[in-house]
Amino acid sequence: MKQLLSGNEAIALGAYHAGVAVATAYPGTPSTEILQNIARMDGVYAEWSTNEKVALEVGMGAAYGGARALVSMKHVGLNVAADPFFAASTTGIIGGLVVVSCDDPGEHSSQGEQDNRHFAKLAKVPVLEPTDSQEAYDLMDWAFSISEEFDTPVLLRSTTRISHCKTVVDVNKERKADLRQPGFTRSPAKYVMVPSNARVRRHSMEERIVKLRTYVEDFPLNEMLLADRKLGVVSSGIAYQYAREVFKDASFLKLVTTYPIPANLIRRFAQEVERVVVIEELDPFLEEEIRCLGISVTGKEFIPIIGELNLEIVEQGAIQTGILPAAAKPSPQPESPAPQLVPRRPQLCAGCPHVATEFVLRKIGFRTPSSTKELKKGELIVTSDIGCYTLGVYPPLSALDTCACMGASIGQALGLEKAGVPNKVVAVLGDSTFMHSGITGLIDVVYNQGNTTVIILDNGTTAMTGHQGHPGTGISARETETQAVELELLVRGIGVKDVNVVDAFDLDAIESTIRRSLETDGPSVVIARGPCPLYVKPKGTPFEVDTEECTGCYECLDVGCPAISISEDMAQIDASMCEGCGVCAQVCPQEAILESKR
Amino acid sequence: MKDVNVLMVGVGGHGVILASDGMAEIGMNNGYDVKKSDSLGMAQRGGSVVSHVRWGKHVFSPMVKKGEGDFLLGFEQLEAARWASHLKPDGVAIVADIVVIPISAIDGKIPYPSWDEIRGIFAQYTNQIYLIPATRISHEVGNPRAVNMVLLGFLSAFLDLKPEAWTDTIRRRLPPKFMESSLKAFIKGADEAKTMMPAKGIRE
Repeated sequence: MKQLLSGNEAIALGAYHAGVAVATAYPGTPSTEILQNIARMDGVYAEWSTNEKVALEVGMGAAYGGARALVSMKHVGLNVAADPFFAASTTGIIGGLVVVSCDDPGEHSSQGEQDNRHFAKLAKVPVLEPTDSQEAYDLMDWAFSISEEFDTPVLLRSTTRISHCKTVVDVNKERKADLRQPGFTRSPAKYVMVPSNARVRRHSMEERIVKLRTYVEDFPLNEMLLADRKLGVVSSGIAYQYAREVFKDASFLKLVTTYPIPANLIRRFAQEVERVVVIEELDPFLEEEIRCLGISVTGKEFIPIIGELNLEIVEQGAIQTGILPAAAKPSPQPESPAPQLVPRRPQLCAGCPHVATEFVLRKIGFRTPSSTKELKKGELIVTSDIGCYTLGVYPPLSALDTCACMGASIGQALGLEKAGVPNKVVAVLGDSTFMHSGITGLIDVVYNQGNTTVIILDNGTTAMTGHQGHPGTGISARETETQAVELELLVRGIGVKDVNVVDAFDLDAIESTIRRSLETDGPSVVIARGPCPLYVKPKGTPFEVDTEECTGCYECLDVGCPAISISEDMAQIDASMCEGCGVCAQVCPQEAILESKR
Repeated sequence: MKDVNVLMVGVGGHGVILASDGMAEIGMNNGYDVKKSDSLGMAQRGGSVVSHVRWGKHVFSPMVKKGEGDFLLGFEQLEAARWASHLKPDGVAIVADIVVIPISAIDGKIPYPSWDEIRGIFAQYTNQIYLIPATRISHEVGNPRAVNMVLLGFLSAFLDLKPEAWTDTIRRRLPPKFMESSLKAFIKGADEAKTMMPAKGIRE
């Protein structure tokens, strides 16, 4: 049956049909939909894990027990999960263990760009890369089979364009019926990595890669297409699709097994063509591997190492190096330069519970929207984290000073303090991020007697990735009720004595609480609690501007609410967008913003 | 079978993804190979959304190449203008009369462009520019969220498929609550195209 599936849907369905029994993940664009889809399927245990490290440890345990396990994450998630990833490679597994890494070339929704094929090589793990949804679907069964046959985790590397594009899939399988019965066989030499055992396993890892090198030579999804012999293109992933369209007549070697590479197949291909080029997104991974075979090859000389590729980039690069002739009919150029169009930056939503706290932070931090680099005495430093609230870095809120990686805000704040920076420091992070990796940072603050104030913006969900549950929500991946970890009890249990919970929409309460916490001797936590308006319905009564009272001072615009604009020299609120949070009304010096009576 | 390359652009909440999903499925159900690609800004309401839909005998890239778009469906005027250069010289711009002013235009230095300015941008690439009274039509059918159906209906008038090829998919995809109004919006969009199309040149 033909279906139009995104790469992530295809990975989920492929894993399901391959008999996956346990699926774990932490949400992260562009990987989130994999677990979301699996969670709707019967007969699979699916969980949102606290973070990617835990997700992979659960997957490892399941695979030790003989089950097929799938662990999915975004590229930076594998940084978090690197420790168990290497450990699983060392011990090997019993049931198949497939780790899906969704890389994000071009940083559509990420704090950095990285090519996770390097992780596979570093950890001595095979990597598979689909070029479309059909291949993603087909590859899952292969991935589990390879994992079990070679006693290794397998890395399936996707990218944003593979994960989020829909292509036609012939869904030609059903869920495997002959699944292995779970059971654990005791084997300390395999599972207990004391140095004496680890040294032995280390040899197994190298022997495994040697066997895999032979195995991938005949892997059926690698494909050689011989056409015009002047140019031979080696390619993988989404780049293969661009290359096929740009180099219409060339010969192709499509590689799905990108580590280890099929050396003899590549040598044969190189002998068939006059010139070999590699078209791949991000790092010259295949290019370097192929060059190590002694084959003369180019690629990154004309294909950028940074960012996402597309047809124009591949074509332009090929024209500039003379691989392709200059276009006969150049793409239409405007006669006059295009006028600059105003950008549409991402921004916090109307009714967002993060707005009031970030507004207060800018206010008591003494910043202006165009704050200078030099910090004045008394100005606040705000270390921030990964989540919707990071958008508060943009004007008009301009409330944040850092954003690095999950949970970093707290450690960074303590580091700034311990370095002796004279300004006060506040760490800001969300509830899901705090659960993910803020807890250990806070323990560090308590243990090492920091004075850090940590603000947890608790909107009751993992909002940025589309409202997934997390340990604080009491809602499972299958959207059933479960035990919630209570933030207040958790932070008190860690040993923080000054813990306050405030209404995320009450400016005065937020301001007085943060000011008080900043004066506390010792660590303090402020939980600003209010629901994400996209998650919780219904909305409140919208507000409107009293046109008799509005003086056009536009202080309400400093809230950065998309529902507020200017009309005829006065502020105006779009009633259809307004969620009725009332933060703008608290900001208005004229008290000209009131609940709508209509 | 002629290849069809469509860009659908707008802001979150206007049904761009629903429309491009539908468009892709219609292509698949009518014998095309199909690929579609969505780019969303960071997940939030009101951010820019771009969907590429390609129908063909065999489609490789899921994204339309700059200068090769047959159609551009603009669900919002500014976003439509941003992607004008993706149209090929005889490409068709179908733009809803919807304006969503970004916050950076409210307190910033660059104002939101007028329709004349936007039309001027399109005129550099094509003379087939249609400004669709989508707001009026969607209100007439009693469903302000049916702008996407109006635009799909308008687009359908340019393509060879029978109306049922479109309406069958719409019926399958939409919840019963919005079915009737959506189908009406689709038909009114197609009718609008038939009225606007006969005269060549810039249409409004």
